[in-house]
Amino acid sequence: MLDELDRSIIRQLQEDLPIVRNPYKVLSGHLGISEDEYIKRTKYLAENSFIRRFGAALNHRSLGFSANAMAVWIVPDEKAEDIGKIMASFKEVSHCYQRPAFEGWPYNLFTMIHGKSHDECEKIAELIGEKTGINKYRLIYSTKEFKKTSMKYFVEDNM
Amino acid sequence: MDLIDSQLLNIIQKDFPIDSKPFEIIANIMNITEDEVLSRIRKLKKEGIIRRLGGIFDSKKLGYVSTLCAVKVQPQKIEEAAAFINTFNEVTHNYLRDNEFNIWFTLIAYSQERIQEILERIQGKFSDCIIINLPSKNLFKINVNLNVSDE
Repeated sequence: MLDELDRSIIRQLQEDLPIVRNPYKVLSGHLGISEDEYIKRTKYLAENSFIRRFGAALNHRSLGFSANAMAVWIVPDEKAEDIGKIMASFKEVSHCYQRPAFEGWPYNLFTMIHGKSHDECEKIAELIGEKTGINKYRLIYSTKEFKKTSMKYFVEDNM
Repeated sequence: MDLIDSQLLNIIQKDFPIDSKPFEIIANIMNITEDEVLSRIRKLKKEGIIRRLGGIFDSKKLGYVSTLCAVKVQPQKIEEAAAFINTFNEVTHNYLRDNEFNIWFTLIAYSQERIQEILERIQGKFSDCIIINLPSKNLFKINVNLNVSDE
């Protein structure tokens, strides 16, 4: 179980790490604990997967990955597990989920495909289709970003 | 962006050192000075190539619930609906997409009840929209790092 000190550390680490020689010393000072204690607890959070990834979040667009397609696939439920794993193995796929289907929305596997153009995304989707034998799919592109933030945990009005 | 920047980005995207002097560790791996690592990271942040340096948390492990929602709303109502959806702090991503379900957003909230409450408030305000709630049943891959090429 996480205690209040862990939650304070999470509140800091979900913001920006100070770019100084001893960033954890600075952060631990704000909480009034030792640097050693701070590092020990942060390692615990990382080793026990509370932290999924620790490091830099990059701006994909400025790195040339300007086309991001949400590919949605119709896959028989009993095959979803195997096919999901194959789709996840493509390096251009950053996210792969199985989700429920609805009347009017038959697509149950979702992959985010990153490419440098729509053409490139479409080619990757074709390759995925060939490898998995799934030919019922659509690529859906975002045409406007209304919001993109990182989640703030354990803050007021959200606990 | 030069070759050293690309190498640096590939290293710090994952497993940033949790150690008293993390930038010195990176400097030693790359055979450059700690000062150079610090100044390059500051520059990459200033240029917006690094959005944030910190932790990305597993919402489920922290006791939160997440989902993806799609909304079918009349074209003339899109902007108003998107703005209303954005007012909830629990909405982390929100996009217009080229589909009959034209607004897609992700939600992370402290409980399933809170997610239902938010969806009901959106439905209440835009009574003729159709909202589908698509929580993941199975996760095969999430947010793996993209290789920064040396081109």
